[in-house]
Amino acid sequence: MLEIKDLYAKAGDRDILRGISLTVAPGEVHAIMGPNGSGKSTLAQVLAGNPAYEVTGGSATFEGKDLLSLPPEERAQAGVFLAFQYPVEIPGVSNAYFLRSAYNSIRQARGLDEVDPLDFLDYMEKKLELVDMDTEMLSRSVNMGFSGGEKKRNEILQMAVLEPKLALLDETDSGLDIDALRIVANGVNALKRPDNATIVVTHYQRLLNYIVPDYVHVLAHGRIVKSGDKSLALELEAKGYDWLVEPQGALA
Amino acid sequence: MTAAYVEDFTEFSRNGASAEPAWLRETRRAGIEKFAELGFPTPRNEDWHFTSVAPIAESVFSPLRGSSGVIERGALEPFTFAQSDWPLLVFVNGRYSAALSNLGALAKGVRATDLASTLRSEPALVQPWLGKLSPLDGRSFSALNAAFMSDGAVIHIAPGTEAPIPLHVIFVSDSSAAKGVAHLRNLIVAGRHSKATVIESYVSLGDSHYFTNAVTEVKVEAGATLTHYKIQRESQRAFHVHTIDAQQARDSHYVSFSFATGGALSRTNIYTNLDGEGCGATLNGLYMADEEQHVDHQTNIVHAQPNCFSREIYKGILSGAAHGVFNGKVYVHPIAQKTDGKQTNNNLLLSERARIDTKPQLEIFADDVRCTHGATVGRLDEMALFYMKSRGVSADRARRLLTYAFAADVLETIEVQAVREELERATLERFTGASVAA
Repeated sequence: MLEIKDLYAKAGDRDILRGISLTVAPGEVHAIMGPNGSGKSTLAQVLAGNPAYEVTGGSATFEGKDLLSLPPEERAQAGVFLAFQYPVEIPGVSNAYFLRSAYNSIRQARGLDEVDPLDFLDYMEKKLELVDMDTEMLSRSVNMGFSGGEKKRNEILQMAVLEPKLALLDETDSGLDIDALRIVANGVNALKRPDNATIVVTHYQRLLNYIVPDYVHVLAHGRIVKSGDKSLALELEAKGYDWLVEPQGALA
Repeated sequence: MTAAYVEDFTEFSRNGASAEPAWLRETRRAGIEKFAELGFPTPRNEDWHFTSVAPIAESVFSPLRGSSGVIERGALEPFTFAQSDWPLLVFVNGRYSAALSNLGALAKGVRATDLASTLRSEPALVQPWLGKLSPLDGRSFSALNAAFMSDGAVIHIAPGTEAPIPLHVIFVSDSSAAKGVAHLRNLIVAGRHSKATVIESYVSLGDSHYFTNAVTEVKVEAGATLTHYKIQRESQRAFHVHTIDAQQARDSHYVSFSFATGGALSRTNIYTNLDGEGCGATLNGLYMADEEQHVDHQTNIVHAQPNCFSREIYKGILSGAAHGVFNGKVYVHPIAQKTDGKQTNNNLLLSERARIDTKPQLEIFADDVRCTHGATVGRLDEMALFYMKSRGVSADRARRLLTYAFAADVLETIEVQAVREELERATLERFTGASVAA
């Protein structure tokens, strides 16, 4: 489904990704872990097409398409979704209007009819239950005045509405208390299907108690320095990152 | 063309105005003398530094005397906020139209008439205020208006009256307004402890080239609250100059909103004088201009007495080769202690050629005050654009939605729901082509 080969990217003059290779098959959950500054968020941003990053080498193929050549909206239309670490506030655009615009944009791109506001509201109600959100949230401006937990739930709500094939969760657990974390994780798990895949970017192992990964990759200095199964996450929890990060120069 | 207006005045004072009361003839004479002295403002004049009125000064406009054709009531529908039960005064090409107006719904205690017939039949109704709330010093267009003022709305809200629904005044111009000028003069007197909403709409049917030169005099008596919206949607070829002068007595509140999207060249002056303790003034606005449009707002909030507050938020969206100007003064007199003033002007430029000149000015002569001001000029937030695009929304649509969103919060300050919703709809449609914001 997703094949990343020797990916390099930089922000401004700073090299951040230095040769990432990763293959994700349908139905899989991959966790990307690593210390601050390792490039794990950048990887998610680059895959979603954030223009703040410049790809300087390598490739990313999504369902046979050259992902990196597509503008962000076409990646989304192809089925890629990024749950932001810091969801953006958009005063003046209601959540309902935003969601419907996104949903219809994606439907249009796939040659489907647009959904009218009333039908969309029906569709939304089930999705709202999934993340334990009230319909009142729909009439508020996107992320405006939302608590940290509400913002993250709103990301998962958007994911539920757009039903991506590949979900990238960028530190979705940061800033969440345990109840919000559980709601968010339950939402992600409920959306899991044999034909979609999830990449979970996280600093802590805690989230992986709820979203159980098939593979865990550790990033340091823009490279994957170790891959393993979920037990690797527990090992990281116990030992920290230092034992993997320090020999990085030697492994290069 | 200053001389042409002076000549016109000689003719006008012999015929049209000769039967008027002496005080009015004196007002007109003072107006034309002031205008002859000042002429049209030039960019050397500080208040007109960024706005050249040469297109107005160099054109010949003949005084408008109403419509030559008939405007159907239905033609006004786009401008009435779908509120057929609101009291309505309609002026067509500068003259009152009783046929299109609807004064049946006027609340008890609210009196609305047209200036022309009031001056003929009951001049005492306007004499205490007319020309006295709006000074002429340094103001060419107000002086010209004083000389030629022909018609407009005269609104009295009796003391203690709380008008439940807004009173709407529409100034509409159609194709027969071409090359004409209307010197409109409105008077609003909000009596003690009254509460009312007055809306002035300046609109066009068609794309005529004409000149609206309006003055609105406002008196907000002690304890009164007047909400006053001005909506300017003139033709893209029209010239529009409008000065609102509000005088506030103690404990009064003046709540103003200016919405401006029309005109080739438009200038709106909103001046309020907080001349009593405990007053509040809220001056908000939104201007949007495209192509070669020039839109200029000048506000002046004078804190003349202690313990008053003022709040001001103006937003502008400029695209094409449009030029926006915002000049906001807040003046605090030495005795106006405990003044609380806040002024903001935010602008969004959507093209390389669009331009904004913004000049917030605080002049504070008291020492115990809290006043802030700020102006921003920016482009669309790249992170918000990426956020929307990452959800599948096209780059173009994301841009349009964010543009609408920029305007939305100032529109939200409009308290009258029907007006707010219509202006939100018009704004959204302007930038997205969509008709629902839900």
